[in-house]
Amino acid sequence: MFSGEQIAAVLAELGVTHVVTVPDSTVGQWQTAIEARGATRLVRVCREGETWEVASGLYLGGATPLVMIQCTGLFESGDALRNVIHDWKLPIFSIIGYRSYLNQDTLPGDTCLVFTEPLLDAWKIDYRLLTAASQISTIADHYTTCRDAKRAGAILVAEGKA
Amino acid sequence: MNAKDALVALHGSRDARDVVITTMSPARDWMTLPQNPLDIVFVPSAMGHATSLGLGLALAQPERRIVVCNGDGSMLMNLGSLVSIAGSGVRNMIVLVFDNGVYEVTGSQPTPGAGGTDFAAIASAAGFPSVFEFSELPAWRANVSTLLSAPGPVFATLHVESEPGIPGPRSPGPAGERARRLIDALR
Repeated sequence: MFSGEQIAAVLAELGVTHVVTVPDSTVGQWQTAIEARGATRLVRVCREGETWEVASGLYLGGATPLVMIQCTGLFESGDALRNVIHDWKLPIFSIIGYRSYLNQDTLPGDTCLVFTEPLLDAWKIDYRLLTAASQISTIADHYTTCRDAKRAGAILVAEGKA
Repeated sequence: MNAKDALVALHGSRDARDVVITTMSPARDWMTLPQNPLDIVFVPSAMGHATSLGLGLALAQPERRIVVCNGDGSMLMNLGSLVSIAGSGVRNMIVLVFDNGVYEVTGSQPTPGAGGTDFAAIASAAGFPSVFEFSELPAWRANVSTLLSAPGPVFATLHVESEPGIPGPRSPGPAGERARRLIDALR
């Protein structure tokens, strides 16, 4: 839906210094462009729970981090994001790939569609769902709104395959 | 080796500009010592993630040393973070694992591997260039300054005695307020 160059440009415009990430087949394709642009450093970690705590350390240290993972990684992340966002009250923003939203050819009946949005609601994360390329400006709009309000937020990016 | 004695030695050797993160039993004992504005008592925590918090700080503050005092149970929950740390290229991070073979704060139930896990070997295999292991307090005292200055990231296992029956660490105050104070201290 979005090219890596488009995402890299948005991140640079927003002043994001670090993207802490575990890739999936959609958001992972953006890595090359993000690194090529040079404005935002990729921090690769081994599991998604790490992304939130690494981002918290970056934020405390004065950087401007963003978490980039798949919704399955969101499921894995529960205790870490609870600790970062709700205990320590750090306004970490995330971009989350929404597996199988656009089609379920690879994984018919994918339960990601059942749990992703209710889980974001349960964790009290203010999110916007993007389902079309024309919505790219929503990333910057929602990021800026959440940053100014000093609260966590997320962009859900609809994906078409696992 | 007594864990608190080991922490006292670290306390005496850390630079005032170092960030020291403590969690679980080390946090409980560290809070009994004079505090520095750059101390992070990682309570409440997401168990296992002190090393990840430290990695973020090390990336954001490359001119400071970031010292993480972790438990063995916590380290087992996030072994992959050792690979993340080594792979990140940070040089200013020191991970100390206080290995007593038990989950002390929950009543000293054995950890998987219960004291037989070679954390130093795991760290070395993950790519840490400087790896140490200490079982005796005199050796730790004699080498702690050297360790803090070794090429990073640095890892050490401290084999410490378990102390059953002592309550776990209590939060020293609202975490959100502590976070704001830390941000100011790091500016």
